[in-house]
Amino acid sequence: MEPRQESVIPASGRDYRSSSQDSMSSVTQRWTVWNCAALLCQTSARILVWLLGLLYFSSLPLGIYLLIMQNTTMGVLMVSLVPVSLLIVMVWQAVGIDGRNQIAMSGPSSGCGFLMSVVVHGDLALSEQEKELNQRLRSLYPAVNEQETPLPRSWSPKDKFSYIGLSQNNLRVHYKGHGKTPKDAASVRATHPIPAACGVYYFEVKIISKGRDGYMGIGLSAQGVNMNRLPGWDKHSYGYHGDDGHSFCSSGTGQPYGPTFTTGDVIGCCVNLINNTCFYTKNGHSLGIAFTDLPSNLYPTVGLQTPGEVVDANFGQHPFVFDIEDYMREWRTKIQAQIDRFPIGEREGEWQAMIQKMVASYLVHHSYCATAEAFAKSTDQAVHEELASIKNRQKIQKLVLSGRMGEAIETTQQLYPSLLERNSDLLFMLKVRQFIEMVNGTDSEVRCLGGRSPKSQDSYPGSPRLFNSPVHKASSSQTYQTSTYYIHKIFFLPAWVKKHLTKMILQKSGLLHQKKNFYTEVEMEVDHFSNGVSESSSNGFLNGSSTHGIDLEELDSAQSKRQLCGGSQAAIERMIQFGRELQSMSEHLRRERGKNSANKKMLKDAFSLLAYSDPWNSPVGYQLDSIQREPVCSTLNSAILETHNLPKQPPLALAVGQAAQCLSLMARTGSGSCAFASVDDYLH
Amino acid sequence: MKNAVIGNNKQKANLIVLGAVPRLLYLLQQSSSSLELRTECAVVLGSLAMGTENNIKSLVDCHIIPALLQGLLCSDLIFIEACLRCLRTVFISPVTPVQLLYTDPTVIPHLMSLLSRSRHTKEYITQIFAHCCKTPEHQTVLFNHSAIQNIAPLLISPSDKVRMQALKCFSVLAYENTQVSMTLVNVLVDGEQLSQVFVRMMQRDKPIEMQLTAAKCLTYMCRAGAIRTDDNCIILKTLPCLVRMCSKERLLEERVEGAETLAYLMEPDVELQRIASFTDHLVSMLADYFKYPSSVSAITDIKRLDHDLKHAHELRQAAFKLYASLGSNDEDIRKKITETENMMDRIVSGLSESSIKVRLAAVRCLHSLSRSVQQLRTSFHDHAVWKPLMKLLQNAPDEVLVMASSTLCNLLLEFSPSKEPILDSGVIELLCSLTQSDSPALRVNGIWALMNMAFQADQKVKVEIVRALGTEQLFRLLSDPDTNVLMKTLGLLRNLLSTRPHIDQIMSSHGKQIMQAVTLILEGEHSIEVKEQTLCILANIADGNTAKELIMTNDDMLQKIKYYMGHSNVKLQLAATFCISNLIWNEEDGSQERQDKLKDMGFVDILHKLTQASDPNLCDRAKTAMQQYLA
Repeated sequence: MEPRQESVIPASGRDYRSSSQDSMSSVTQRWTVWNCAALLCQTSARILVWLLGLLYFSSLPLGIYLLIMQNTTMGVLMVSLVPVSLLIVMVWQAVGIDGRNQIAMSGPSSGCGFLMSVVVHGDLALSEQEKELNQRLRSLYPAVNEQETPLPRSWSPKDKFSYIGLSQNNLRVHYKGHGKTPKDAASVRATHPIPAACGVYYFEVKIISKGRDGYMGIGLSAQGVNMNRLPGWDKHSYGYHGDDGHSFCSSGTGQPYGPTFTTGDVIGCCVNLINNTCFYTKNGHSLGIAFTDLPSNLYPTVGLQTPGEVVDANFGQHPFVFDIEDYMREWRTKIQAQIDRFPIGEREGEWQAMIQKMVASYLVHHSYCATAEAFAKSTDQAVHEELASIKNRQKIQKLVLSGRMGEAIETTQQLYPSLLERNSDLLFMLKVRQFIEMVNGTDSEVRCLGGRSPKSQDSYPGSPRLFNSPVHKASSSQTYQTSTYYIHKIFFLPAWVKKHLTKMILQKSGLLHQKKNFYTEVEMEVDHFSNGVSESSSNGFLNGSSTHGIDLEELDSAQSKRQLCGGSQAAIERMIQFGRELQSMSEHLRRERGKNSANKKMLKDAFSLLAYSDPWNSPVGYQLDSIQREPVCSTLNSAILETHNLPKQPPLALAVGQAAQCLSLMARTGSGSCAFASVDDYLH
Repeated sequence: MKNAVIGNNKQKANLIVLGAVPRLLYLLQQSSSSLELRTECAVVLGSLAMGTENNIKSLVDCHIIPALLQGLLCSDLIFIEACLRCLRTVFISPVTPVQLLYTDPTVIPHLMSLLSRSRHTKEYITQIFAHCCKTPEHQTVLFNHSAIQNIAPLLISPSDKVRMQALKCFSVLAYENTQVSMTLVNVLVDGEQLSQVFVRMMQRDKPIEMQLTAAKCLTYMCRAGAIRTDDNCIILKTLPCLVRMCSKERLLEERVEGAETLAYLMEPDVELQRIASFTDHLVSMLADYFKYPSSVSAITDIKRLDHDLKHAHELRQAAFKLYASLGSNDEDIRKKITETENMMDRIVSGLSESSIKVRLAAVRCLHSLSRSVQQLRTSFHDHAVWKPLMKLLQNAPDEVLVMASSTLCNLLLEFSPSKEPILDSGVIELLCSLTQSDSPALRVNGIWALMNMAFQADQKVKVEIVRALGTEQLFRLLSDPDTNVLMKTLGLLRNLLSTRPHIDQIMSSHGKQIMQAVTLILEGEHSIEVKEQTLCILANIADGNTAKELIMTNDDMLQKIKYYMGHSNVKLQLAATFCISNLIWNEEDGSQERQDKLKDMGFVDILHKLTQASDPNLCDRAKTAMQQYLA
């Protein structure tokens, strides 16, 4: 089938995927704005340190030289610089209570060379751990939207009793009270409650020291439960205690549950949010269900009661002792079997007819006219739209998807004269896309200028003026804050611009992959045909009219050796000019219809492409991916359909979107099954 | 014919009665008939085999197996597959004698060579092997034809069925077979160790059957010593997997198999027992095994009730086995087991169940628990377990008797409150009859129990034992080829000959024979332990008032004691010295004469030498003896 079905996944579907990476993308965004300053600071700091180090270590030979030259005072001063400073450092370290930690905290204020290196090293290890944590959490709980419901990553320094001390990035808990009576018990909760979308949640606690009596409790509690208690003693609090191995289910008296635990043991706590139960593990062995009917929004909690007790938490920072993935696999299989076995109603014919209808409407929506026609014929259905209209839409979509935006806009204006006039935001979006395609070298205007055979690197004349001037001019008229950032960046980094202009030709391997996503339903139904339609359509655009005859493969091969605007200088000029037009259009739009943050961001991102020597490989390079044409294409398609009073989205896409919405709603209302029923799993 | 018989058992029986089988076989073997015809014949035969057990019997009676095996020599793959399918169906039936596969030595190598032909040959041949490997000899035959190397690659076959059958093959091959197990651990499949492949097959999203069989393979490899019990793939994977198999969600068959395999896995290892005892509430989970058929199932549907009834025995015996295994070493686990709801009642009723398997398992469980002093004193007495146990001992097969008598040994220990009632129920006769059994294990248990009984017992009991056993039987036991029996018999004698009045009484009636026996053993070729025990008996005899004379008048015996006092083994020296010390003890009648006599025989010199001995015990003992002379 056509390889662009991905595009019709509605906004929610897309959102879902991008949101899971949101934390990343926001970081990169910030980077684009600040990177110049930060990089400069970093480089200058590095140079400074090197210089200082050089001076510092050269003081010894210099001092000796001076001594030989009979300059005694300066010589003695120079020679003694190294030993004296070393002595100072050693004394300082001896005074410090726990060396490394303190140093790490005092951080950059220390100007000394080794200390700097220690700090840098510590940060590296830290970020390494952070990376591992993020990676593990993402793979364990892919369904969790961390924007909405963050995962616990450490103990909360705010949500704890005063007898609790935290250290080691708030992962280590130690007791600092007197520990005389049960009244001295103290607990700490994690920073966030366990999101229901985890499906199955797991954390481990390692007993570093059992202290005096080993009265340690590991468990869960709701927000607001008294922290002057061990987990399990109060309502909405659950715990497993080390001294007697009993489980405490919101009660002061425990039930015999498992073995006792003590120094060196690793206790795990697994919350199953599907059936709302909890079990513990000891050194990797499951101890069986401890609690049932758990409420939602529980926090991982530990409680200590006697001096010397120290425990370390593992929220995913390190591999778990217990094989939690295996347990999750079991539940994933269970949930998926449940979905597969879901009864579809008694009258099966009805079910089939509905699916056929959905498929037909989907095909029409995306103007796969030949397939739609054949499908409708074989399933006895009527097509609600004229064939010509479908073909027109197909033509436009094809242009958009092959990156020939200029032609696409033109054709749209011809076929639907009033559409773009009325909908200036849409026009703006199309134009921005056109700009991006120009950078990509795929837009029709640029293509005819640049031709298909890119020039070699050496033959390309670097001319900074040509490129710089329009942008500078634009900058003078810029009023948007974001745009000034962008310009500032160019000012800050003349070296980059230079590099960018002299080395236009980029050596970056890797083809833009054409994504081919299919719905199973579609594939299945299409299989019924044997008249060859489905075969021919499998290549994508062969279906229907072929007047434009765009050869995608050729296009791809052109892209494989990627150069800005296809490598042609004239094309670059045209692109710059187009950018200026776009800028003025944006200003015009703003004046007319007020600020529009979406437009602003779109323009900013598009322009940011020019800031990189290799736009395809830059943080904003994703825009150049042909997959980004799909949302543009579907928006345009929907707009055209709307003018014909046809639904904006096909029912199939609606259903998929609805399923995704249902899942996120399930996550919000606390039913954990949503973790193992991702819509994507069913869209192959 | 093919279409007529498919799915119709009646038609199949009809055809067989009408004599279709010989005709089909004739056509099948006729090399002149076309391949299609021969294939169709094999297919029809396969269909017939799919019917009842009677069908299979008549097929086997018509010598279908050699005919089909002959057919495998043909080169046509489709025909071979049809033959194999039929063979498979015949061989997996319990009524087919598996030996038929091994009668012709060329069959196995030929099957091995066919193995890689197609997906179907892989599946059928591995399935045949898995079902026809029942004895160690079969294992060896298959092993020698490099079954492992041939089947190992099938474990990563894309077909689930092939993988499953290959896995089953390995489980039967590795069962109690060190040679196979040792080879298995070193086999690499696609660059990966076999144990890792098995671990992957135990993942929770795999079919239950696959998980269970993979766990079995690893269990057998572990028990054969190929994998250490503290290996992660046992502790963290196999054990939890088997515990999962015991959970309520699994089918009854799976629960039985899971529990039995788990019991087998952890039998020798206390650490595994400890881990299992706290994994997933195993101990209380097993209590559910006794709840079949449940009261609910009886009402709701007959089919379920039937199913439950069929498996109830199996479930119970599996649970007992697992409890026995769990509680065989650790006192805390035993406590946990006896505290499980109605546990003792269940064992008691299990002891008198009709199924031998259940009875045996229940006794095993009881035996395991009887190793606990605390339980013997409390729950065993409260539930009067001795009653059903005694009943069980009256007439039971040997294997049950071994377990039951060995449990009885523990129950007859001196501190057991059950000892008295058991004595009253005429256990002595029973134990004496056990000592006459052909099985050495039963003889040991019988005499062992008597030994325990005689320990610090009343005169009445001792006399009763001697009477019931009879000296003749006692001597027969003393010449028993089994050292264990001999040791326990000596132990019995020693226990009988304790406290002075008892010694004198017994020696006055059986003194002559006992002295004879002692002489015999001391002269014979026996281990140090046996001789030590015998010398201890002598020492006990020497403690008697009148019994002393039996030794004093026997110069030969005194020479022997002298010899052992100078023996290189300290234990024997000690026992012999003890004996002398008893003989020369002051404050007794005639001690002076004895001292003189022994002095004349040169014992004093030896004692003197022994006071210089390096062993402090021996030194002390010799000094005490010397003091008797000085006083």
